[in-house]
Amino acid sequence: MAVTVSVPTILRTHTGGEKSVDASGSTVAEVIEDLDTRHSGIKGRLVKDGSLHRFINVYVNDEDVRFAGGLDAAVHDGDNVTILPAVAGGCAGS
Amino acid sequence: MLMIRRDLVDAMVAHARRDHPDEACGVLAGPAGADRPERIIEMLNSARSMTFYEFDSGDLIRLHRELESRDEEWVVFYHSHTATEAVPSRRDVDIAGYPEAHYVLISTRDPDTHELRSYRIIDGEVTEEPVEVVESYMFSHTGADDVPDAS
Repeated sequence: MAVTVSVPTILRTHTGGEKSVDASGSTVAEVIEDLDTRHSGIKGRLVKDGSLHRFINVYVNDEDVRFAGGLDAAVHDGDNVTILPAVAGGCAGS
Repeated sequence: MLMIRRDLVDAMVAHARRDHPDEACGVLAGPAGADRPERIIEMLNSARSMTFYEFDSGDLIRLHRELESRDEEWVVFYHSHTATEAVPSRRDVDIAGYPEAHYVLISTRDPDTHELRSYRIIDGEVTEEPVEVVESYMFSHTGADDVPDAS
Protein backbone atom coordinates (compact mmCIF):
# COMPACT_ATOMS: atom_id res chain seq x y z
CA MET A 1 0.00 0.00 0.00
CA ALA A 2 1.57 3.27 -1.08
CA VAL A 3 0.67 6.28 0.98
CA THR A 4 1.70 9.91 1.25
CA VAL A 5 2.89 11.15 4.60
CA SER A 6 2.75 14.83 5.57
CA VAL A 7 5.64 15.65 7.87
CA PRO A 8 5.55 18.56 10.33
CA THR A 9 8.43 21.06 10.45
CA ILE A 10 9.86 19.56 13.62
CA LEU A 11 10.43 16.18 11.92
CA ARG A 12 11.75 17.47 8.63
CA THR A 13 15.30 17.15 9.90
CA HIS A 14 14.71 13.44 9.23
CA THR A 15 13.36 13.93 5.71
CA GLY A 16 15.94 16.33 4.33
CA GLY A 17 13.46 19.16 4.66
CA GLU A 18 10.70 17.42 2.69
CA LYS A 19 7.20 18.17 3.95
CA SER A 20 5.63 15.25 2.14
CA VAL A 21 7.18 11.82 1.62
CA ASP A 22 6.09 8.44 0.27
CA ALA A 23 5.85 5.31 2.36
CA SER A 24 4.20 1.93 2.26
CA GLY A 25 2.48 -0.44 4.66
CA SER A 26 -0.93 -1.80 5.49
CA THR A 27 -1.04 -0.43 9.04
CA VAL A 28 0.19 2.77 10.66
CA ALA A 29 2.93 0.74 12.38
CA GLU A 30 4.14 -0.64 9.04
CA VAL A 31 4.10 2.80 7.49
CA ILE A 32 6.22 4.13 10.35
CA GLU A 33 8.64 1.18 10.04
CA ASP A 34 8.97 1.86 6.33
CA LEU A 35 9.47 5.58 6.95
CA ASP A 36 12.24 4.82 9.40
CA THR A 37 14.18 2.77 6.85
CA ARG A 38 14.33 5.82 4.58
CA HIS A 39 14.35 8.59 7.17
CA SER A 40 16.40 7.23 10.01
CA GLY A 41 15.30 8.16 13.52
CA ILE A 42 11.80 9.25 12.68
CA LYS A 43 10.22 6.23 14.36
CA GLY A 44 11.77 7.20 17.68
CA ARG A 45 10.02 10.54 17.45
CA LEU A 46 6.61 8.95 16.87
CA VAL A 47 6.53 5.75 18.89
CA LYS A 48 7.34 5.25 22.51
CA ASP A 49 7.17 1.94 24.38
CA GLY A 50 5.29 0.31 21.53
CA SER A 51 2.54 2.86 21.16
CA LEU A 52 2.08 6.23 19.61
CA HIS A 53 3.75 9.03 21.52
CA ARG A 54 1.16 10.75 23.71
CA PHE A 55 1.76 14.17 22.16
CA ILE A 56 2.03 13.16 18.52
CA ASN A 57 -1.17 13.00 16.51
CA VAL A 58 -1.29 10.74 13.46
CA TYR A 59 -4.23 10.96 11.09
CA VAL A 60 -5.24 8.72 8.22
CA ASN A 61 -7.33 10.77 5.82
CA ASP A 62 -7.79 13.27 8.66
CA GLU A 63 -9.08 10.66 11.15
CA ASP A 64 -7.08 10.49 14.37
CA VAL A 65 -5.74 6.92 14.46
CA ARG A 66 -6.16 6.80 18.24
CA PHE A 67 -9.83 6.22 17.56
CA ALA A 68 -9.14 3.62 14.86
CA GLY A 69 -6.78 1.15 16.51
CA GLY A 70 -3.69 3.26 17.07
CA LEU A 71 -0.60 1.78 15.46
CA ASP A 72 -2.75 -1.12 14.20
CA ALA A 73 -5.05 1.23 12.28
CA ALA A 74 -5.39 0.16 8.67
CA VAL A 75 -4.09 2.20 5.77
CA HIS A 76 -5.04 1.73 2.16
CA ASP A 77 -3.46 2.51 -1.15
CA GLY A 78 -3.51 6.24 -1.79
CA ASP A 79 -4.33 7.21 1.79
CA ASN A 80 -3.00 10.41 3.20
CA VAL A 81 -1.18 10.11 6.51
CA THR A 82 -0.68 13.37 8.40
CA ILE A 83 1.53 13.82 11.44
CA LEU A 84 0.85 16.82 13.69
CA PRO A 85 2.43 17.40 17.07
CA ALA A 86 -0.22 17.96 19.71
CA VAL A 87 -0.71 21.51 20.90
CA ALA A 88 -0.78 21.14 24.65
CA GLY A 89 0.89 22.17 27.86
CA GLY A 90 0.02 24.12 30.94
CA CYS A 91 1.30 25.54 34.12
CA ALA A 92 1.69 22.30 36.08
CA GLY A 93 5.40 21.61 36.26
CA SER A 94 5.78 18.27 34.56
CA MET B 1 10.67 39.47 17.71
CA LEU B 2 6.92 39.20 17.57
CA MET B 3 5.16 42.15 15.98
CA ILE B 4 1.48 42.02 16.72
CA ARG B 5 -1.57 44.22 16.28
CA ARG B 6 -3.13 45.58 19.45
CA ASP B 7 -6.59 44.23 18.65
CA LEU B 8 -5.16 40.69 18.52
CA VAL B 9 -3.49 41.17 21.90
CA ASP B 10 -6.78 42.46 23.29
CA ALA B 11 -8.64 39.48 21.84
CA MET B 12 -6.23 36.94 23.37
CA VAL B 13 -6.40 38.63 26.76
CA ALA B 14 -10.19 38.77 26.60
CA HIS B 15 -10.30 35.05 25.79
CA ALA B 16 -7.95 34.26 28.67
CA ARG B 17 -10.03 36.35 31.06
CA ARG B 18 -13.26 34.74 29.92
CA ASP B 19 -11.99 31.19 30.48
CA HIS B 20 -10.24 32.01 33.76
CA PRO B 21 -9.60 30.05 36.01
CA ASP B 22 -9.31 27.39 33.31
CA GLU B 23 -6.46 27.74 30.88
CA ALA B 24 -7.45 29.25 27.53
CA CYS B 25 -5.70 28.39 24.26
CA GLY B 26 -5.79 29.38 20.63
CA VAL B 27 -4.01 30.35 17.46
CA LEU B 28 -3.17 33.50 15.59
CA ALA B 29 -3.01 32.77 11.89
CA GLY B 30 -1.47 34.78 9.10
CA PRO B 31 -0.37 34.55 5.47
CA ALA B 32 2.02 31.65 4.83
CA GLY B 33 5.62 32.72 5.13
CA ALA B 34 4.90 36.26 6.34
CA ASP B 35 5.36 35.75 10.10
CA ARG B 36 2.49 38.22 10.58
CA PRO B 37 -0.55 37.30 12.71
CA GLU B 38 -3.76 38.55 11.13
CA ARG B 39 -6.64 36.76 12.81
CA ILE B 40 -7.46 34.90 16.00
CA ILE B 41 -8.93 31.43 16.23
CA GLU B 42 -10.01 30.61 19.76
CA MET B 43 -9.62 26.90 20.42
CA LEU B 44 -11.44 24.78 22.93
CA ASN B 45 -9.26 23.54 25.77
CA SER B 46 -10.29 19.91 25.56
CA ALA B 47 -8.73 19.32 29.00
CA ARG B 48 -10.91 22.07 30.55
CA SER B 49 -8.34 22.38 33.28
CA MET B 50 -6.77 25.06 35.42
CA THR B 51 -3.33 23.49 34.97
CA PHE B 52 -3.36 21.91 31.51
CA TYR B 53 -4.52 22.70 28.02
CA GLU B 54 -4.77 20.66 24.88
CA PHE B 55 -6.29 21.27 21.47
CA ASP B 56 -8.73 18.54 20.53
CA SER B 57 -6.97 16.45 17.88
CA GLY B 58 -9.93 16.72 15.52
CA ASP B 59 -10.03 20.49 15.92
CA LEU B 60 -6.30 20.59 15.20
CA ILE B 61 -6.47 18.75 11.86
CA ARG B 62 -9.53 20.74 10.79
CA LEU B 63 -7.71 23.98 11.56
CA HIS B 64 -4.64 22.70 9.69
CA ARG B 65 -6.77 22.04 6.60
CA GLU B 66 -8.55 25.37 6.86
CA LEU B 67 -5.28 27.27 7.03
CA GLU B 68 -3.86 25.26 4.12
CA SER B 69 -6.86 26.07 1.97
CA ARG B 70 -6.49 29.78 2.73
CA ASP B 71 -2.72 29.74 2.18
CA GLU B 72 -2.25 30.65 5.82
CA GLU B 73 -0.23 29.19 8.66
CA TRP B 74 -0.27 29.27 12.44
CA VAL B 75 1.99 32.12 13.45
CA VAL B 76 1.25 32.11 17.19
CA PHE B 77 0.07 29.46 19.63
CA TYR B 78 -1.17 31.15 22.76
CA HIS B 79 -2.34 29.87 26.11
CA SER B 80 -2.92 31.25 29.55
CA HIS B 81 -1.51 30.47 32.94
CA THR B 82 -4.13 31.40 35.46
CA ALA B 83 -2.20 31.13 38.72
CA THR B 84 1.42 31.46 37.67
CA GLU B 85 3.57 33.79 35.61
CA ALA B 86 3.64 33.96 31.80
CA VAL B 87 6.66 31.71 31.50
CA PRO B 88 6.67 28.31 29.80
CA SER B 89 6.45 25.45 32.26
CA ARG B 90 8.63 22.39 31.89
CA ARG B 91 5.65 20.62 30.38
CA ASP B 92 5.06 23.45 27.90
CA VAL B 93 8.66 23.05 26.77
CA ASP B 94 8.60 19.26 26.63
CA ILE B 95 5.49 19.20 24.46
CA ALA B 96 6.18 22.21 22.21
CA GLY B 97 6.22 20.75 18.68
CA TYR B 98 6.25 23.80 16.44
CA PRO B 99 9.69 25.41 16.23
CA GLU B 100 8.37 27.69 13.48
CA ALA B 101 5.75 29.32 15.73
CA HIS B 102 5.73 31.95 18.42
CA TYR B 103 4.49 30.70 21.78
CA VAL B 104 2.61 33.45 23.58
CA LEU B 105 1.78 33.06 27.25
CA ILE B 106 -0.72 35.22 29.09
CA SER B 107 -0.95 35.26 32.85
CA THR B 108 -4.32 36.13 34.34
CA ARG B 109 -3.37 35.52 37.97
CA ASP B 110 -3.72 39.25 38.68
CA PRO B 111 -7.34 40.31 38.12
CA ASP B 112 -6.38 43.85 37.15
CA THR B 113 -3.30 43.52 34.99
CA HIS B 114 -2.24 40.77 32.66
CA GLU B 115 1.22 39.67 31.70
CA LEU B 116 1.89 38.70 28.08
CA ARG B 117 5.21 37.31 26.87
CA SER B 118 6.39 35.54 23.74
CA TYR B 119 8.87 32.73 23.24
CA ARG B 120 10.47 30.48 20.69
CA ILE B 121 10.77 26.90 21.86
CA ILE B 122 13.20 24.86 19.78
CA ASP B 123 14.64 21.48 20.76
CA GLY B 124 13.74 22.03 24.38
CA GLU B 125 15.41 25.41 24.45
CA VAL B 126 13.32 28.45 25.36
CA THR B 127 14.20 31.91 24.08
CA GLU B 128 12.09 34.85 25.09
CA GLU B 129 11.61 37.45 22.39
CA PRO B 130 10.48 41.08 22.44
CA VAL B 131 6.82 41.78 21.66
CA GLU B 132 6.11 44.92 19.68
CA VAL B 133 2.45 45.89 19.80
CA VAL B 134 1.37 48.06 16.87
CA GLU B 135 -1.91 49.66 15.88
CA SER B 136 -1.50 48.52 12.29
CA TYR B 137 1.14 46.69 10.27
CA MET B 138 0.77 49.20 7.46
CA PHE B 139 3.42 51.58 8.73
CA SER B 140 5.54 48.92 10.36
CA HIS B 141 8.20 47.17 8.39
CA THR B 142 7.64 43.47 8.92
CA GLY B 143 10.35 42.42 6.54
CA ALA B 144 7.85 40.15 4.87
CA ASP B 145 5.93 42.12 2.30
CA ASP B 146 4.37 45.50 1.75
CA VAL B 147 0.75 44.50 1.63
CA PRO B 148 -1.28 46.51 4.13
CA ASP B 149 -3.90 45.07 6.40
CA ALA B 150 -7.52 44.87 5.38
CA SER B 151 -8.28 47.08 8.36
